Amino acid sequence: MAEPLTQTTLNPLAQKLRLRLDEDQLTNCMRCGFCLPACPTFRETGFEAESPRGRIALMKAAVDGILAPDQAFEEQMHNCLGCRACEPVCPADVKYGQLIEQARDAIEDHTVNHRWWVKLSRRAAFNFTFPHQNRMQWIGRSLRFYQKSGLRKVVRGAGIMKLFPKYMREMEKILPDASSRGVVEQIGSRHAAKGEKIATVGLFRGCIMDVLFTDTNIHTVELLTEAGFEVVIPETQNCCGALHAHSGEAEGARSLARRNIRVFKEAGVDYIVSNAGGCGAILTEYDHLLHEDAEWEQDAKWFAKRVIDVSDLLVSHGRVPSFAESSALPLRITYQDSCHLRNVMRSSNAPRQLMSQVNGVEFVEMKEADRCCGSAGIYNLTRPEMAGQLLEHKMENANATDTHYLLTSNPGCLLQMKHGIEQHGQSGQMQAVHVVDFLYERMKKQK
Amino acid sequence: MLQEEARLELKAIVGDKLFKDDPESLVTHSYDGTPMLQALPDAVIYPENTNQVSDIMKVLHRYRIPVIGRGSGTNLSGGTVPVQGGVVMVMHRMSRILEVDLDNLTATVQPGLNTKEFITYVEGLGLFYPPDPSSMAVSTIGGNIAECSGGLRGLKYGTTKDYVIGLEAVLANGDILRTGGKSMKDVAGYDLTKLLVGSEGTLAIITEATLKLVPPPKYKKTMLAMYKDLYGAARTVSKIIEQRIIPATLEFLDNSTIRVVDDFAKLGLPLDMEAILLIEQDGEVESVERDIASIEAICRAENAERVSIAESQEEALKLLTARRSAFTALARLRPTTILEDATVPRSKIADMVLEINRIAQKHRVQICTFGHAGDGNLHPTATTDARDAEEIHRVEAAFEEIFEAAIRLGGTITGEHGVGLVKSPFLEWKVGSVGIEVMKSIKQAFDPLNLLNPGKVFAKESRKRVVINRG
Repeated sequence: MAEPLTQTTLNPLAQKLRLRLDEDQLTNCMRCGFCLPACPTFRETGFEAESPRGRIALMKAAVDGILAPDQAFEEQMHNCLGCRACEPVCPADVKYGQLIEQARDAIEDHTVNHRWWVKLSRRAAFNFTFPHQNRMQWIGRSLRFYQKSGLRKVVRGAGIMKLFPKYMREMEKILPDASSRGVVEQIGSRHAAKGEKIATVGLFRGCIMDVLFTDTNIHTVELLTEAGFEVVIPETQNCCGALHAHSGEAEGARSLARRNIRVFKEAGVDYIVSNAGGCGAILTEYDHLLHEDAEWEQDAKWFAKRVIDVSDLLVSHGRVPSFAESSALPLRITYQDSCHLRNVMRSSNAPRQLMSQVNGVEFVEMKEADRCCGSAGIYNLTRPEMAGQLLEHKMENANATDTHYLLTSNPGCLLQMKHGIEQHGQSGQMQAVHVVDFLYERMKKQK
Repeated sequence: MLQEEARLELKAIVGDKLFKDDPESLVTHSYDGTPMLQALPDAVIYPENTNQVSDIMKVLHRYRIPVIGRGSGTNLSGGTVPVQGGVVMVMHRMSRILEVDLDNLTATVQPGLNTKEFITYVEGLGLFYPPDPSSMAVSTIGGNIAECSGGLRGLKYGTTKDYVIGLEAVLANGDILRTGGKSMKDVAGYDLTKLLVGSEGTLAIITEATLKLVPPPKYKKTMLAMYKDLYGAARTVSKIIEQRIIPATLEFLDNSTIRVVDDFAKLGLPLDMEAILLIEQDGEVESVERDIASIEAICRAENAERVSIAESQEEALKLLTARRSAFTALARLRPTTILEDATVPRSKIADMVLEINRIAQKHRVQICTFGHAGDGNLHPTATTDARDAEEIHRVEAAFEEIFEAAIRLGGTITGEHGVGLVKSPFLEWKVGSVGIEVMKSIKQAFDPLNLLNPGKVFAKESRKRVVINRG
């Protein structure tokens, strides 16, 4: 016989979940299952618990006292990639992304049994590193020293990398050259529009973006000014807080959000432009992040509705310059969606439209380009096995396009694609490049 | 929790990883697409082939453990909620297309195959499998067969039962039954194939199906007609059929649905319309053009306020938006959405819609109606909140009257969702006590120990039918 579904006393984690989880959102899920085919972890495992409908049912059962949330529950909440592919397909518009973050926040708050080194590294990353751009740049300098001084050769030669987990070893190989000087240090913080000014935009430079992909930030500025936008880069902006929010550090994310809102508000911009889907997505959700903060609520709304991805802004409001491929060979390109750009910022046409406008380039749509590549913030570090499976399937589809360039619009995805090409690519012909860099290289500048 | 011996035997069949009875697995198999129903199973098992299914059934039979076959759990009648506990058997790991026979135009598939994947695959071969339930991106062929799913193309092309011509199924005692085959004609004994289609997992576990495929239509045209008079729309439906035209799609939205959809999708629909008909015809170019012209004339003769005919694929998609977003728009209105499928002879559609509106008003609940006008299959949809017990009570009372009205108008309590748990108290209203007895005898013959999806189709007690005599 079925066990009766009576409410039992809530265990401590269940009590925390009851406080954090949005009860309306839990009720809004009508269990139609339309999210199942969109979910990468469900597709890989075929287990209902690994689907959005399953995870929401688990959260609700915990809150209702039907399930005493345990270690397995915590694991399941962390198995989710947070790609949010389930949201656009949900008829009831359930805010799954919010629910999973609330659940993780409750778990993090509840968890006292992190091992000492996990605690220490979480504190080091979330409290002392990401929030401080000067410290990010210090890391950039150290990484640059490692890459340029010959130390890397020594380390690789001596086999020291073998001491690190396989995934870290593989990532070390594909990490781009770091920069100790960010976009502002290199080109300054204010850039006039070419021709008649359409609007003033604030560039969100990103913390990792500005250390590992400084050139992409510089190229973003060039594209925007060329298209008629005045660009300002507020110097005191900081990390977007996405990694904090996704890892159950909501309070940390909120304090970062407040600082960003203040500096962009002071800069008086019409748009806030992002070139990283992962950052842009959380920026558009600052209004939700601060919805219980009476003092900041209005400013957060002001901020959130101005956030836009660079491709979208170019297509919707810019004077798009013409792009042309200079080599005589017919060039084939494909595109991997950034999940958060597509599913949260709901932008999938603009990057494709821009790429297809490049003269002498053939755009090939990749099968399941809308499916997560397994990068998912720091998921590839925390769940290397699942991330590896997803990447393998991704590369099968990428290889099938038989293209020269695999473009994407988020640093995490870009690194994962480089990693994928290194691991599973064919004959070294494919390169992974940010859409902005690809376009910049082929842009015809105004005289 | 199952007894230890049974657990070990089941694990020995599928391996440790594909037998689960941890709390997370039980909770995530305690529901389906039906609102407000939940019951925990004792275990979940994922067979990979027919022999495993047979071995599992033998064990369950020996220990008298109930079994609930499950595809993706999208049904709307509570059909896969394990109300008496037992083992939920998930068929997802049997999802292969075993064969497409181009000489006979048949496909043989496993039950866990995703419906949309199958449709896309056969379309790639230049063939057509018409049943298209709204859940097809999620649902499985096995689930479609168990529920005899319909869809938008039902009027012209029929439903799942018209395409299943052969089955392999495992009986309660583990025996493997084969029915039908690839022959398009087959009268060897009782038609067990058709009996199993729509049997809601109460007679056997389906492990393989042979499906009929047809050539795809060459051309398609879409049109939309709007009416200020509900009866004008209803007469249009009847006249189209009278003139011997069977459209591929003939869908309907009532005024309350139009308002909700317009508010959601900002389509600029005129809000004073009592009904919208969405009509599609497919086939050879000349005959489609001829049919659409005749239908247009009928619409105008029945005083349609507006008639739009799509001249391109994009225009067609635009016209389809209103119907396509109906469910989404309704689902976002309130937390709980209850979608029913009362069906009447198509000549009675206007009467039924008016009855639904009257009943909704009487019980002070919001019910919007849309659906498949061509086959009389309506979807009166209540938007409510599961947390408000008093309102839910009124919704249930309203639906009871809606079922009664459907039967009074010569229709049925369910056109395509199945009886399951939700409509079992009303089954007798439709089939009568004799019908119930015959069905019970069939169940007894297949499953004497009542192990297959127990508690479904047959209610412990039928609802007393209060017939409203309205002179």
